[in-house]
Amino acid sequence: MDDGIIVSRDDWSLHRKGYLDQTRHKEKVEEVIKQQLGDLIVDESIILTDGKKNTKIPMRSLEEFRFRYDFNKRNHTGQGTKKMVPGEIMGREKAKGKGSTGSGAGEQPGEDIYEAEVSYEDLANILFEELKLPNLDDKKRPLIAHDCPEFNDVRKKGLMANVDKKRTLLESIKRQAFSPKKNNEARLKITPEDLRFKTWETRPNFETNAVILAMMDTSGSMGQFEKYIARTFFFWMVRFLRLKYEHVEIRFLAHHTEAKEVTEEEFFTRGESGGTRCSSVYKFALELIERQYPAAHHNIYPIHFTDGDNIGSDNSRALSLMKNLVEVSQVVGYGEILRTHYSSTLMSTLKRITDPKLRLVTIRDRSEVYVALKTVFS
Amino acid sequence: MDYEISTINTIAREIAQVARGMGLDFYPVNFEIVPAETLYTFGAYGMPVRFTHWSFGKAFYKMKIQYDLNLSRIYELVINTNPAYAFLLEGNHITQNKLVIGHVYAHVDFFKNNRYFSRTPKDMVERMGAHAEKIRDYELQYGRELIERTLDAVLSIQEHVDYRAHIGDNEIMENVPYVSNNRSCDRTCTAKTKNKLNLEKKKRTKRASFPYEDLWGDLLEDEYKCLPQPEYEDLLYYIMKFAPGLEDWQRDLVSIVREESLYFYPQIETKIINEGWATFWHARIMHELDLTDAESLEFALMHSQVVQPSRMGLNPYYLGVKIWESLAKAKSDDELFEIREIENDLSFIRNHLTRELVEELNLFNYRKVGAHWQVTETEWEKVRDNLVQQLINGGHPRIVVIEGDYEGKGGLYLKHRHEGIDLDVVYLEKTLTLVQFLWGKAVVLETVVDTKKVIYESFNGLVSRRQMPRAGGETV
Repeated sequence: MDDGIIVSRDDWSLHRKGYLDQTRHKEKVEEVIKQQLGDLIVDESIILTDGKKNTKIPMRSLEEFRFRYDFNKRNHTGQGTKKMVPGEIMGREKAKGKGSTGSGAGEQPGEDIYEAEVSYEDLANILFEELKLPNLDDKKRPLIAHDCPEFNDVRKKGLMANVDKKRTLLESIKRQAFSPKKNNEARLKITPEDLRFKTWETRPNFETNAVILAMMDTSGSMGQFEKYIARTFFFWMVRFLRLKYEHVEIRFLAHHTEAKEVTEEEFFTRGESGGTRCSSVYKFALELIERQYPAAHHNIYPIHFTDGDNIGSDNSRALSLMKNLVEVSQVVGYGEILRTHYSSTLMSTLKRITDPKLRLVTIRDRSEVYVALKTVFS
Repeated sequence: MDYEISTINTIAREIAQVARGMGLDFYPVNFEIVPAETLYTFGAYGMPVRFTHWSFGKAFYKMKIQYDLNLSRIYELVINTNPAYAFLLEGNHITQNKLVIGHVYAHVDFFKNNRYFSRTPKDMVERMGAHAEKIRDYELQYGRELIERTLDAVLSIQEHVDYRAHIGDNEIMENVPYVSNNRSCDRTCTAKTKNKLNLEKKKRTKRASFPYEDLWGDLLEDEYKCLPQPEYEDLLYYIMKFAPGLEDWQRDLVSIVREESLYFYPQIETKIINEGWATFWHARIMHELDLTDAESLEFALMHSQVVQPSRMGLNPYYLGVKIWESLAKAKSDDELFEIREIENDLSFIRNHLTRELVEELNLFNYRKVGAHWQVTETEWEKVRDNLVQQLINGGHPRIVVIEGDYEGKGGLYLKHRHEGIDLDVVYLEKTLTLVQFLWGKAVVLETVVDTKKVIYESFNGLVSRRQMPRAGGETV
């Protein structure tokens, strides 16, 4: 051909490579989300929505690492629509996740925001995968063990009481839609063939008696941060227990120098003032156990969160009560929320208990809530 | 033959004649009309066929979003081969196609004649197809995970090839400073080293006492430098050759990525000059053609979109075409052809970005001051020099291999040739672990952070950082 010109058209419709590699990229992004769980579960938007909504997590797309210059430390060249004067300010540092409209400042490398939608349930599932009630004792069966029916199949024959109305109606509609005779009256008729019944399997119920005693310091020294952390911990704990175990009782105990039982709502919302006497809540818990949850029949899990700022004279008393508590419980969780870098006296006192059933955690940063959950419930 | 094909056939013939008549010299071109989705897939991969990796998927997704939101539009994609391939967007208007085809011929002219492309293989489509097939076989044989892990690591250093060695005479790159422990100048050097130390001390005590002192310092230091340091720029080649723990197929992956990187490199370093050239010529060609009023209007609209100044950074089309236009005012076509033959972006900017252009285009330098982005300079020479600096080494930091048996334990010692700008430390650490994965043993990188010499060492996925001792620390 003269000029060597060839013009052609091909069928590229099966060329899916871009989509395949995009899928792989997405997969990798999701892996990263898993690794970031620690940061995600303390997100206010999740805690505050009570877990009903999906949360969109602004997510940088996967970075392609390489040796590159520090963007913030170098001079750039830009082009203006007018004369620029040295010293002129073009824009501020970008607010997180929002593109700036200023000229030039928006062009940050590697700043591709990838919105990954994560539902609360997905998050909970990933999170709870690793959690369980430790040392759960099978011998502590409830006095009456009951079988638990589980509806998991649909059949054409069965007991009238178990008729599956929705499926039966669907069958009827389907049948009439297929029938060659147009039924002008358009009245739904249910024939015996349409009937569908739910059937079940009985499974022995392995549920054991477990009770959680959630104890929280509500004294004046518990600041915003401390309360937030404790609240986040208990938020996930409660959800985790309700999702995985059907009959776990949770009792909420609040204390400053005195301890008392409160409702779940009060527990999460109320703050009080005054000093801290941790022994008060331990004593309260022990009494509660003695009265209502005999250790022989119950798995007991007391979890206590405080800032550790206990009255010094109370420490030895707290220690001996804690020893008793550890004895009757499956696992005791003690969490201290510290923003300073010294271990408080109550923690160092409690460290004398060597029983592995006592799990001590210190939370200094939001992201450590996840670690704390794993420490206590594993 | 469908209608679109036959019209493009006619247009292509017509424009080829006009372009040749004006002096452009290009390979034969195979045009192919493709739908938008295919076009931006090619754009993301840089080729119609290429191996599989998630990073291309990411690029593809980005381009797709931009296309779907109507933020950007690719009209064509030209592949540097002989014959050249040009992919045109399905459904372009006739005028659009005229412009695009003129643009394509100018690109192919550039590929054919610019000396930076003189060594790129002209059958790269087939080669990359073969690479893709090979990698797919490896995936079946060794598992996708492992291939991906290796590719992640290799791609993280894909820019670190010795593109100059590749362009110059075809020398065999075998004499590599492997295990160069004993290279330090032993006896003769000690006195000089001492001198140098003294000198450094002096320098520190009287800082900035006279202008240009830093220049003197460099000269003096150079004089006292013992031997030229043996260093090696082709990191990929070095790893392919000498990494102790790599499997053969992994070396093959390195070699594949290296070959493709060398192929793409000239395109990276001629972005402004090449896009400018193509834009300059499509405008010239369109002026030669008989256009109706409506066509002229459509052309003007599209041309202005192409050369729209970008709000952030610089539009290479715009900057490039402006420089070419200003050159065309003073120079003959022959001179222009000579410039397209011998220059790349760096020299193009350095030689031809004039004061008038900097002022006309309102170019300025800016940087981060505190939390603000602030205009720092508008003097034309500073703007030009800053642009030039950004183009050095294709905009990538220069990392060289110093030795492959660091501390006698088989570690890899890399050095960042610091040229005034620090590295992104977060990226540095991550990349170093990737390099370490390839090398197997410890990997060390020497660089400068906030004027202090720092050594990063990566081993077993952990990166440690230590300051180099100030004096007497010249172990490398």
